Amino acid sequence: MSTNNQFFLTSVEKFVRWAQKSSMWPLTFGLACCAIEMMQLVSPRYDMAQFGGEVFRSTPRQADLMIVSGRLSNKMVPVIEQVYRQMPDPKWVVAMGACASSGGIFDNYAIVQGVDEVIPVDIYVPGCPPTPDAVVYAVLQLHDAILKGQAPGGVMRA
Amino acid sequence: MSGPRYYPQPYEGGTAALAQVQEEIVPALVETFGDGVEPIEPSFDQPQVKVAPGRLAAVAQWLKDRGFNMLVDVGGVDYLPRTPRFEVVYHLLALPRLWRLRLRVPVEESAPEVPTVSHLWPAADPAEREVWDLFGIRFEGHPRLSRILMPDDWVGHPLRKDYPLQGPRAGLPRMAADRNRYHAPKLPGHPPGTTGLPGGAKGGK
Repeated sequence: MSTNNQFFLTSVEKFVRWAQKSSMWPLTFGLACCAIEMMQLVSPRYDMAQFGGEVFRSTPRQADLMIVSGRLSNKMVPVIEQVYRQMPDPKWVVAMGACASSGGIFDNYAIVQGVDEVIPVDIYVPGCPPTPDAVVYAVLQLHDAILKGQAPGGVMRA
Repeated sequence: MSGPRYYPQPYEGGTAALAQVQEEIVPALVETFGDGVEPIEPSFDQPQVKVAPGRLAAVAQWLKDRGFNMLVDVGGVDYLPRTPRFEVVYHLLALPRLWRLRLRVPVEESAPEVPTVSHLWPAADPAEREVWDLFGIRFEGHPRLSRILMPDDWVGHPLRKDYPLQGPRAGLPRMAADRNRYHAPKLPGHPPGTTGLPGGAKGGK
C-alpha cells in the first residue's frame, strides 16, 4: 500500500478543538506566591512543552490561557479586566490556588473573593499553593474539556 | 557575635549618638518649646518625645536645623478606645551623626489633623498620604493629599480599629456554592448575561 492512499475523516469542529488544545499559550500573569509554583511549569522538571504550552507570552494579545496565580486585590480588578479583554478569543482561565478561587485566607476588604467575580473561570485548582503537578493536571483537564467541546472558551459547560 | 539578636542593635558609634540625643537634644527641645514637647521614656532602640500637634511644624523645623536631615518614616497608630485616639509617629535620623529621634504626636478623633512636614522632608509626602489613606488623619498643607494604597473612590480608612475587616462586604452573607457572580445578576450597567467582555456571549450564557 502506498502512503498516497492514506487519509482520515474528521469534522472541522473536532479538528479546530484539537488545534486549540494542542498549542495553548499561557499569559505571564503572576499575582502572588502561586506564581513561583506556576513558573515551575515551564522548567525541565514539569515541562509543559510536552503538552504544547510552554510559551508564556508577555502580551495578552498572543495568549490563550490566563493562569491567575495569587490573590486579586480590588485595585487590580481594572487591570485583570483589561488584560482579559485584550486576549483574543477563544480564551481560558485557570484560577490557581485558594486565593484566586475563593479569596483564600484573605477574607478582608482589600481582596476579591475569587477571580470568578470578575472574569469567567474554567478550572479551579485547590491548594495553597497548588503543586505544579496540580496545575499541569488542571491544564490537561482543560485540554480534555476542550476536546469534548465542553470548554468553548469563556466558561466550561457541563 | 554573642547569641541571637532579637532586635536591631545600634551599630558602632550609635549608642553614643543616641545618648547624646537623650542628654542634649531632648532637654534643649523641652527648654525651647516648653509644654509643646513632653519627654517620654526612651524605647529600646531610640529616644522619643511627645509633641503637641500645634507645635509640630516648629519642632520639625528646629530639629531639621540641628541636623536631622532624614525622615525615615511617618506612621499612624490607632489607640482606640484611648483619648486622644490616634498618634502620628515620625522617625528622624541625623546623618552622619547617627542621631535618632522619634516624635509621637497625639491626635484627637474629633479633629484628626496634623501639620505636614513634607516641605522639610520630601520623603514625608507619600508617607503622609499613606497615613491619610489608612487612618483618615489629614495633613494640613500637604500638596496633594490623596489615597495612595486604596482605590481613589474608596470609602473609609481601613487601618482604623473600628473599620470592619471585610470592608463593604461586612455583615453580608457569603454567597452560596453557586456564588459565581459571573453567572449571577450583573452589576448595574453591565448587559444581561455577560460582564460586557468580548467572548461573553459564548461563555456567560
